[in-house]
Amino acid sequence: MATSMAGGLAGGPGATGEDHVLIGRDLTKVFGGFAAVKHVNLAVRRGSIHALIGPNGAGKTTCFNLLTKTLQPTGGQIIFDGEDISKLRTAEVAKRGLVRSFQISATFPNLTALENVRVALQSKFGAAYHFWRSLRAVAPLNARAEELLDQVGLADNRHTTAAELSYGKKRALEIATTLALEPRVMLLDEPTAGMGHEDIEPITQLIKRAAEGRTVLLVEHNLSVVSTLCDTITVLQHGEILAEGSYEDVSNNPDVVTAYMGGVDE
Amino acid sequence: MKPAHLALILGFAAALAAPFYFYPVLLMTILCFVVFACSFNLLLGYTGLLCFGHAMFFGTAAYMTGLALKTTGISVELAIAFGALVAGLLGLLVGYLAIRRQGIQFAMITLAFSQLVFFFLLQSEFTGGEDGMQSIPRTPLFGLVNVDDSFNYYYVILALTILAVAAYYRIVNSPYGEVLKAVRDNQQRVESLGFSPERVKLVAFVLSATMAGMAGGMKATVYQFATLTDASWQVSGEVIIMTLLGGLGTLSGPLFGAGIIIWLNDELAGFGEWALILQGAILLAVIIFFRRGFVGELSALFRWVARKRRGDGGTPPPVQEGATATGPG
Repeated sequence: MATSMAGGLAGGPGATGEDHVLIGRDLTKVFGGFAAVKHVNLAVRRGSIHALIGPNGAGKTTCFNLLTKTLQPTGGQIIFDGEDISKLRTAEVAKRGLVRSFQISATFPNLTALENVRVALQSKFGAAYHFWRSLRAVAPLNARAEELLDQVGLADNRHTTAAELSYGKKRALEIATTLALEPRVMLLDEPTAGMGHEDIEPITQLIKRAAEGRTVLLVEHNLSVVSTLCDTITVLQHGEILAEGSYEDVSNNPDVVTAYMGGVDE
Repeated sequence: MKPAHLALILGFAAALAAPFYFYPVLLMTILCFVVFACSFNLLLGYTGLLCFGHAMFFGTAAYMTGLALKTTGISVELAIAFGALVAGLLGLLVGYLAIRRQGIQFAMITLAFSQLVFFFLLQSEFTGGEDGMQSIPRTPLFGLVNVDDSFNYYYVILALTILAVAAYYRIVNSPYGEVLKAVRDNQQRVESLGFSPERVKLVAFVLSATMAGMAGGMKATVYQFATLTDASWQVSGEVIIMTLLGGLGTLSGPLFGAGIIIWLNDELAGFGEWALILQGAILLAVIIFFRRGFVGELSALFRWVARKRRGDGGTPPPVQEGATATGPG
């Protein structure tokens, strides 16, 4: 079923830890007898922007949740930078530089934008359990937090609580928070979901800038975002890889066309 | 001078003058419950954990402080510290076992533990069972200053309360407090940023238990006895009401909540059984009209006035969901 487009299955025996920063081997996830993901081999090339797409129920979100360690795989192996992370938890892989975002914008609504980013910066700062010190202890982080806010265009909102930010700005704040961890791999779950047209373009540009010097894996419905942003696209269907390659390759693949058209007809 | 500083100074002056005008024991009771409510707000207001058995720490510490005073004769402040320490250890044990659960499950587990502790205290020899632990000596402060007189002891309790409230304020406004509020707002996200939310919450639970223990120890020295009531589920419920009444997740909410409830209990005591009904009616009124608690509503009003003065937006402040809600985003 899996048709290779870009010369050799990326996650197959040919994939190495040198070229690929994140590799899923033979990934399977079974929910109460239903296999949402079946023997998926996936490799994310270092420095690329890689998209997981597919019709509804194709298993892309499950696959994504496996790679981000939000879900534990039923079978298979996940290698991050040469290290087997199959058994690790979200917090542990985050510390190693594999950081995810969430579909529903995941901010801390009662904290200000600056505090949101500072919480993330605290994760490596080492004062996170210092309950006896004043906030001056984390003042050294403010400059970096403001820099990150500036990067995503939130410089003027630093003292606004996240709950009061617009939807698009919440997503931007979330990206700033994720970037605070200086992740080597950034995993974005439907970064443009629920966004109006006017917000999609800025967020696409933001992801493009954020991707400089790192690897990005994203799940996305909006194909125009995928086409402008991504180097490699993996198409999933029925929990299996249907096709993989560049946007041109994938969009001309007859299987993919059928899958998407079929999805529309149903 | 900032209004907040002015309020602080006025409050302090009032606290110093209060025993000249009011019954010191009533004032001390209020202060003990202020500390207790602060400890509870740290959990519910700033961590999003509803502990339904907080009296187990209050009651255990009351007995432990009493036991230390009766058997060793150490000075009163050390006995209170001992009670708080034991409560903290109990918090570590209970927290370790309960912290992985959330919401109603966490509330039920803590309730179960507190009933277990209640039963243990009821059956134990040293607690005096149903009779409680009577005639706890109030040993001299630092082994030097005689505090037998309630008027004098009020100032000791006031100092301890200020210490506890300052600690509470510091915890909430510390690097850790920031992470704590983040856990309350969105635990999953905190985990994805490389923290262990369980560990963050466990620390909060132990801190809260220790502070609740301090309150219990203080109360045992004020009344010079410890009873099963201190560890009962009714007291666990009372502290929830105090915290909600004052304003969840507000810094000064517990002060007002504890003050209002204890004062009401005292004022309504003459009404006998009717006291509970009146209390219930007042609570209902608060739930309906002051959803953010007294302090929450007041500060929302101030913000609204300030915004109106600046001239942007005449809309009344939006009612925020409880601290456990993750908000619209």
